[in-house]
Amino acid sequence: MILKDKMIYLDHSATTKPDPAVLQTFVQVNEHYYANPASLHQMGVESNALLSRAREQIADIINTLPEQIIFTSGGSESNNFAIKGLARANKHRGTKILVSSIEHASVLESAKAMEEEGFTIEYIDVDKNGVILIDDLKKKLTKDTVVVSIMHVNNEIGAIQPVAEIAKIVHQNSRAFYHMDAVQSFGKIPVQFTGEDGPDAITVSGHKINALKGSGFLALRKQMNIQPIIHGGGQEMGFRSGTVAVPQDVALAKAVRLAIEKQSKKAAQFSKWRDELHEFFKQFSYVSTLSSSQGAPHIISCAVQGLKGEILVNAMQHEGIIISTSSACSSKDHSVSHVVKAIQVEPSYEKGVIRMSLGEGITDADIAFFKTAFSKVMHQVKEF
Amino acid sequence: MKWHEILIRYGEITTKGRNRKLFINRLKENLRYTFADIPNLRIRSERDRMYLSSNVDTEMEELIKRLPHIFGIHSFSPVAQCEPTIEEMGKLAVEIVKDMNYQGKTFKVNAKRSFKKFPMDTYELQRTLGSHVLSSLPGMTVQMKNPDIELRVEVREKAVYMMVDVISGAGGLPIGSNGKALLLLSGGIDSPVAAYYMMKRGVRVEAIHFFSPPFTSDQSLGKVKELCEKISRFGGNIRLHVIPFTEIQQKIQNSVPENVTMTSTRRMMMKVADVVRKEIDAKAIVTGENLGQVASQTLESLAAINAVTTTPILRPLITFDKLEIIEVAKKIGTYDISIRPFEDCCTVFTPANPKTKPRIDKMNYYESFTDFDELIERAVKNREIHTFPKKQTDEFLDFL
Repeated sequence: MILKDKMIYLDHSATTKPDPAVLQTFVQVNEHYYANPASLHQMGVESNALLSRAREQIADIINTLPEQIIFTSGGSESNNFAIKGLARANKHRGTKILVSSIEHASVLESAKAMEEEGFTIEYIDVDKNGVILIDDLKKKLTKDTVVVSIMHVNNEIGAIQPVAEIAKIVHQNSRAFYHMDAVQSFGKIPVQFTGEDGPDAITVSGHKINALKGSGFLALRKQMNIQPIIHGGGQEMGFRSGTVAVPQDVALAKAVRLAIEKQSKKAAQFSKWRDELHEFFKQFSYVSTLSSSQGAPHIISCAVQGLKGEILVNAMQHEGIIISTSSACSSKDHSVSHVVKAIQVEPSYEKGVIRMSLGEGITDADIAFFKTAFSKVMHQVKEF
Repeated sequence: MKWHEILIRYGEITTKGRNRKLFINRLKENLRYTFADIPNLRIRSERDRMYLSSNVDTEMEELIKRLPHIFGIHSFSPVAQCEPTIEEMGKLAVEIVKDMNYQGKTFKVNAKRSFKKFPMDTYELQRTLGSHVLSSLPGMTVQMKNPDIELRVEVREKAVYMMVDVISGAGGLPIGSNGKALLLLSGGIDSPVAAYYMMKRGVRVEAIHFFSPPFTSDQSLGKVKELCEKISRFGGNIRLHVIPFTEIQQKIQNSVPENVTMTSTRRMMMKVADVVRKEIDAKAIVTGENLGQVASQTLESLAAINAVTTTPILRPLITFDKLEIIEVAKKIGTYDISIRPFEDCCTVFTPANPKTKPRIDKMNYYESFTDFDELIERAVKNREIHTFPKKQTDEFLDFL
């Protein structure tokens, strides 16, 4: 059994620890506002009033209307909903779905699932830094494209996509909707969600921003046709049935506010540490850095030649540091991640990818400790 | 943009003669009341203009946001100020126009020089400023007659004032300048709209609501309170009189034939309202009634209901189409509250086939067997009074 409190947790892109203030909201709302917000009675009315306030707060922060925020169970559901819901409701516009080759599995698999319904999927290639090739997008974006889904920040290597440029190209050259998975960017870097330069829909997940697992939302920029994927009592303006999780969603509204309030300060801190670690890795001839200084401030990714990522994760854990292989979702799957393949990492490196992701509560001392531990581990596994 | 003050142009007040000052003072008082939460507000009034200012930028923005809802204002313009040098004026002019959606628009500078010692004459100043703005912000063309954007510049000795935006106000007359009326507020779509139109004509409104627990719920009362809160934003506070109506309503069910219970209910409501009206010294009763909309709103029904009092009953929506009313309700933000699905006192006891042409003599006869006056007196005595806007206490703030 690991003493969790003493571990240095560098896996914030997998999930985060809920903020104490957010947890407090969650507990208190559960205690006092547990009534179903759809109920007619006074307790229900109060739950609903609180839920509306939470929705308004989020809408205000991301600059859209409250009725265009749809609470979901998190990132995967939001991505499923966006891709399937927009594609199905707008089939008359076309049947092609475009995604980048480094999307999260929930986007890739949702798109793939739509093949059965007669949609065709095309993948947009990325360069060595994981940024999509704009020319490839232009080439593949045709009049019959209905949904384009390109993430903001990649979860494995932290690459940032040129969102404004993508949005402009998509809006000017097609009638397609641009959906953006903002799970890894929201609260870390500014997410633009207005005007022609912004995406039409964004996915945000609660547990990546110190809220609770099982919460998240899909935000729409304007009113648009989107078909629900969960049918039932017509909650969430008919877009997402199922009793609304008021405590999770109110807690999420608080986490969203806190994340945005802290964003610029954290970004500066994280960038400093990221650059410091990039510099640090240079001394090891057999370590190749995959994340770039142009990428998101909180994701650092590197590959060690001839080793398996899993060995490094174990060895670092032994030193008291929690890191992950390329991503938590694929970490139990021994094949090489599709992102690592897409950015064409040299074959001798591709199995040795590890990711350090920063978040709340990390200190300068932790980063220094990481460096010492990493050197020690390298000494054990490479330089013996 | 840092605004120096806001210039207000009066609405219909300007057609007033000797009592113009009364109207202006009323508007001033209303502004003070509505903006009580803006501590640094300064108001200066002149015969045909009023000026609002605050030395806090966020307060100025708040004023600009809320002014369009205040009655008695025709239009207003935020005014910026700078040093009386041509360099500063150029800078400010560009800054102001830049915030407008200026691409492809026509443009003109209109200067006034009350400080005659200013080194440039009016035409020279207009030309210089105009060409500076045009060269800094390409995409506009000059047009002297009816330009899209007219930059007004006033040169005084100590400062220069500039404005460009003319924002429409709500029009009408300052609330309170036309006396007070009592509104029958059911919680439906129509009555808040009726309140809005009365307020627009300068009438101060108090509201009366008939509450029949347990047939109607706290939520339906909550809805009415929220409506009061909403309409109180148009200036002036609103008092809500909540009448315990259960007893009267039950008595009606037991004493008149079923098909006229509704008519009788409306007559009793009118009687109650008239007692309250007398007590608060209002001059009229206002309803959201609308000809032919439902059984109680045929001319015969209206006549039968009206017969219980000689007080003027004003029905500002009498000729409106339902869709027109809905449109206004949406505009003033009461629609979403009104359509919440709670039973109110009118829907609980609706007879299956209400009489659409009740006869006054028969109504008098049916009601003559019960002593309603005593019940009415008791109901009025036991009423609850609430005042809006309520002091904001945000119970949810800690959670968010």
